[in-house]
Amino acid sequence: MASSTEAPPRKNRVPRRPGDRIFAGVSTGSGVLILVALAGVAVFLVTEAWPALTAPAEDIPGGQGLVVYIWPLLFGTLISAVLALVIAVPLAVAIALFITYYAPRSIAKALGYIIDLLAAVPSIIFGLWGMNVLAPVTVDPASWLSQHLGWIPFFAGPPSSTGRTMLVAIIVLAVMVLPIITAVVREAFTQTPQLHQEAALAIGATRWEMIRMAALPFGRSSIIGASMLGLGRALGETMAVAMVLSASAGGITFNLISSENPPTIAANIALQFPEATGVGMHTLIASGLVLFAITLVVNMIARAVINRRKDFDGAN
Amino acid sequence: MAKRIEVKDLDIYYDKFLAVQGVSMTIQPRSVTALIGPSGCGKSTFLRTLNRMHELVPNARVEGSVVMDDDDLYGPNVDPVNVRRQIGMVFQRANPFPTMSIYDNVAAGLKLNNKRLKKSDMDDLVERSLKSANLWEEVKDRLHKPGSGLSGGQQQRLCIARAIAVQPEVLLMDEPCSALDPISTQAIEDLMLELKANYTIVIVTHNMQQAARVSDTTGFFNLQGVGKPGELVEIDETTRIFSTPSQKATEDYISGRFG
Repeated sequence: MASSTEAPPRKNRVPRRPGDRIFAGVSTGSGVLILVALAGVAVFLVTEAWPALTAPAEDIPGGQGLVVYIWPLLFGTLISAVLALVIAVPLAVAIALFITYYAPRSIAKALGYIIDLLAAVPSIIFGLWGMNVLAPVTVDPASWLSQHLGWIPFFAGPPSSTGRTMLVAIIVLAVMVLPIITAVVREAFTQTPQLHQEAALAIGATRWEMIRMAALPFGRSSIIGASMLGLGRALGETMAVAMVLSASAGGITFNLISSENPPTIAANIALQFPEATGVGMHTLIASGLVLFAITLVVNMIARAVINRRKDFDGAN
Repeated sequence: MAKRIEVKDLDIYYDKFLAVQGVSMTIQPRSVTALIGPSGCGKSTFLRTLNRMHELVPNARVEGSVVMDDDDLYGPNVDPVNVRRQIGMVFQRANPFPTMSIYDNVAAGLKLNNKRLKKSDMDDLVERSLKSANLWEEVKDRLHKPGSGLSGGQQQRLCIARAIAVQPEVLLMDEPCSALDPISTQAIEDLMLELKANYTIVIVTHNMQQAARVSDTTGFFNLQGVGKPGELVEIDETTRIFSTPSQKATEDYISGRFG
């Protein structure tokens, strides 16, 4: 702006057409609106959480203070999201590699559509599926796991008789974050420069060696970024987890197959909020504030990692 | 090292489209063979059939035969991966792996072939390859820096080092200097003259002076007509092609009357 007012008066100014002005106004307004919405959410969370943050420890549900209340929730949120990623990321990378390099063109296309379709399934459907289909199916494998692999803390047992366990919640979350991760990673693989693929093949690399030399290094930052996006979604997922996990709040445990589970923040809010009053309600909102902060940080890291890809583009 | 390649009645197809027709030539070992011709005449396509790189295009195929010493490169049960380990290639644009160091770029092919090479042997091979590519002095102090930090000409020599590290029989070069300045071009041309003591070199070039400078034999490719497949018009000693070619089309092309 400053430069246009200081410009010598005789210089031709580009005429400002009404269409340009309207469009500039609308798009600027939209951009500002996003910031206002975000700020509004943040302000709401902080003001509503404030009474819980300042309340005496014995008023918080559980009677032992805010940290003791939120910590198991945070633990449940993190363990479910991270383990869901541990399942989903290798699978997503493998699917993306298959679609990009191995599948015949027609199959690759169909598979791509199916993955995208998976992203469109509402989370409540995944919740129903997890609760009614997946949970009963896991009962027998879970008891086998606790018998034979019980020394691993994850499978310590005793196994739940309903199958509505953290393990099922993690599998459901993994299925839910799979599409976004696959889509981003596949996009990166299709952009692997022909130049680098040929470089690998010309020194006698097989298909798999070419993928290791050219495609995976090129796609690495995208894989990390996609995982972070998936993590963001898994952290905030409410309905599917709330439906799979029983309402009873267990403590902190790595045990994935027992009926005692640490609930997640989002699911806990959904289950408790309708009956919460007073400080209890403010406490739930405080837990929401924690979730908001974590998701924000994860997404910022994801952005930063994805942007770093520009460094690689500079190479050629 | 350095083997003779015998090409007989080679037709190259992309699906049903006949791109190059009826190429027969003998590529002599320990010499530089240059392929010249106007754009789109199929000389690069032909070059890529020599190490089966053209097969990356779906439905590309050839008829006829390409025999290296006694090995039919298109015989049944011949793995293109093995063909490419014996016939190296350098591309128009330098393409070092951007995420690898200079050292790792050169070692990349070695690691594919001998998984259990000792560290000291690997160091020796990398050094020898970089020396052969006239790059050692320039990079010996920064072997573990990224290859993408080198200049264009250095990157191209790095790619040559990577190609010769696996000790191929033949080195194919697809317009290796077309993106380089004259000084870097000269470095590559000098290198070719040194390398031909040990390798069979085939180079595609748009630069006729370059063909005249570096090659012993020159083949001229041209289109048979608009929309028709490319063909090898003639191949002969370079001095003869550039003084008294036997075909009118060759003379027109090298004297700058077309193309």
